[in-house]
Amino acid sequence: MRIPCPICGDRDRREFYYVGDAQIINRPSPEASEDIWNDYLHNRDNPAGVTKDLWYHENGCNSWLVVTRSTTTHEVQHAELVTKLKGDGS
Amino acid sequence: MRFSGLKILKEGLTGNKGWTNHWREPEPKQEYDILIIGGGGHGLSTAYYLAKNHGLKNIAVLEKGYLGGGNVGRNTTIVRANYFLPGNSEFYSHSLKLWEGLEHDLNYNVMHSQRGLINLFHSDGQRDAFARRGNAMINQGDDAILLDTEGVRDLLPYLDFEQVRFPIYGGLYHPRGGSARHDAVAWGYARGADTRGVDLIQNCEVTGIDISQGRVTGVQTNRGQISAKKVGIVVAGRSGQVAAMAGMRLPIESHVLQAFVTEGLKPCIDHVVSFGMGHFYISQSDKGGLVFGGDLDFYASYAQRGNLPMKEHVMEAGMTLMPMIGKARVLRSWGGIMDMTPDGSPIIDKTDIEGLYIDCGWCYGGFKAVPASGFCFAHLIATEKHHEFASGFRLDRFKTGYGLIDEEGTGSQHNLH
Ligand SMILES: Cc1cc2nc3c(=O)[nH]c(=O)nc-3n(C[C@H](O)[C@H](O)[C@H](O)COP(=O)(O)OP(=O)(O)OC[C@H]3O[C@@H](n4cnc5c(N)ncnc54)[C@H](O)[C@@H]3O)c2cc1C
Ligand SMILES: [Zn+2]
Repeated sequence: MRIPCPICGDRDRREFYYVGDAQIINRPSPEASEDIWNDYLHNRDNPAGVTKDLWYHENGCNSWLVVTRSTTTHEVQHAELVTKLKGDGS
Repeated sequence: MRFSGLKILKEGLTGNKGWTNHWREPEPKQEYDILIIGGGGHGLSTAYYLAKNHGLKNIAVLEKGYLGGGNVGRNTTIVRANYFLPGNSEFYSHSLKLWEGLEHDLNYNVMHSQRGLINLFHSDGQRDAFARRGNAMINQGDDAILLDTEGVRDLLPYLDFEQVRFPIYGGLYHPRGGSARHDAVAWGYARGADTRGVDLIQNCEVTGIDISQGRVTGVQTNRGQISAKKVGIVVAGRSGQVAAMAGMRLPIESHVLQAFVTEGLKPCIDHVVSFGMGHFYISQSDKGGLVFGGDLDFYASYAQRGNLPMKEHVMEAGMTLMPMIGKARVLRSWGGIMDMTPDGSPIIDKTDIEGLYIDCGWCYGGFKAVPASGFCFAHLIATEKHHEFASGFRLDRFKTGYGLIDEEGTGSQHNLH
């Protein structure tokens, strides 16, 4: 499995650390309800098919990436920098 | 049909013509009292104990493929009761006791082999941790013996004891640990359930869950609608998808775990050996194949097959620990879909929907749990009360933060178990 880092190009999966569903980049406000926090921290759509998840290029450029990928075929379709998705400083 | 020595003798003398199917192939009825979704180890044992312990009759198990085609037939069969935390300890202790009586109970040879499990340690700190775990196991009424290097050498002379990276300081020996024949466990429970009147319906995929006014009323399947008063979801790696049919999101992420088997060899590994530092464990099957595995591939997956980096990692760890296996040829590798929870412990609970129950989150350790999980889940479905040995496996522990069972002590967060 190779991940197309927008900065480094196609790299072996071993260079990356997997975090989980990309929903983790959308942190609720501290005042949000218990249910919203529980959903954010624990509950997952866990799709069989295309998913977006968060990876860290720890043995490369140290970028955080949102990777579009299939959980049934392991095909990696796309990787986007989190800073590009969210803007710097978020 | 029951097995006995006499029956085997008779069949042997009469051309083995008298063996019959182990279970019926019934058509689904219009309505059942209880439906169990999923014909893996846990679903089948749940149905068995509903019938046996609670005298319930009108039950069906719906399996989308064939019985035992999921993880129950894909795992590496370690059976043990060496858990540490309250919540887990009493549950796995109970499960091991059920294992010890299982063959008589089911009249089925599940090849349960208590050949002993050794968990190796490689530092003073790890020795302390294992001593503490061993004491917890003894307090629970199970068995544990702390071995030093020489003690391990007596049992496992073939290990590389002087390796620089992870020198072997000793091991925690659990004599009652061991393995079993995975398919036979599924078949034995299936036959036991069928004999007690449970309809086992294969090639029957649940595609929807019918809910009316907050109460479950039945399920949709590829073989039509089936009504039921109660429904239990027991689908391991597919838990998220089936729960979604009832509008639920679960604290579960499905991951792939791989396993490997070599060509058949003469007996050489007599125990189950676990090398936690290297993420490697091994045992030898009765056919002679070395059965071994390691950690998750560590990305969400439903593929039932893994990638090469984890294969390499597992083989490297194996070679570090026991260089003697280097010439064995690997015959096959495969993967299973693991229902991973944030704290690494399972869920046996009611849901917010009346009559809908769920048993899931077994991560990579649910084979040993097959007897007790079915036992306790059947108790919950039949009596509406949590069984005392499974009362900690609550769904809401993640939300409240109260009662988390983080056996590894790494934190209650996806991707840490
Ligand atoms: C490689 C590997 C090694 C392992 N090693 C060990 C070990 O050494 N010791 C240990 O204790 N555990 C081990 N495990 C874990 C253990 O196998 C699982 O935790 C356990 O088998 C899961 O429960 P089950 O048997 O009910 O699952 P499964 O056998 O997967 O049963 C679930 C069933 O649900 C069915 N299903 C899914 N969706 C639907 C639907 N919509 N409708 C109808 N049916 C459906 C599936 O087809 C499947 O048959 C291992 C797992 C793997 C993959
Ligand atoms: Zn990069």
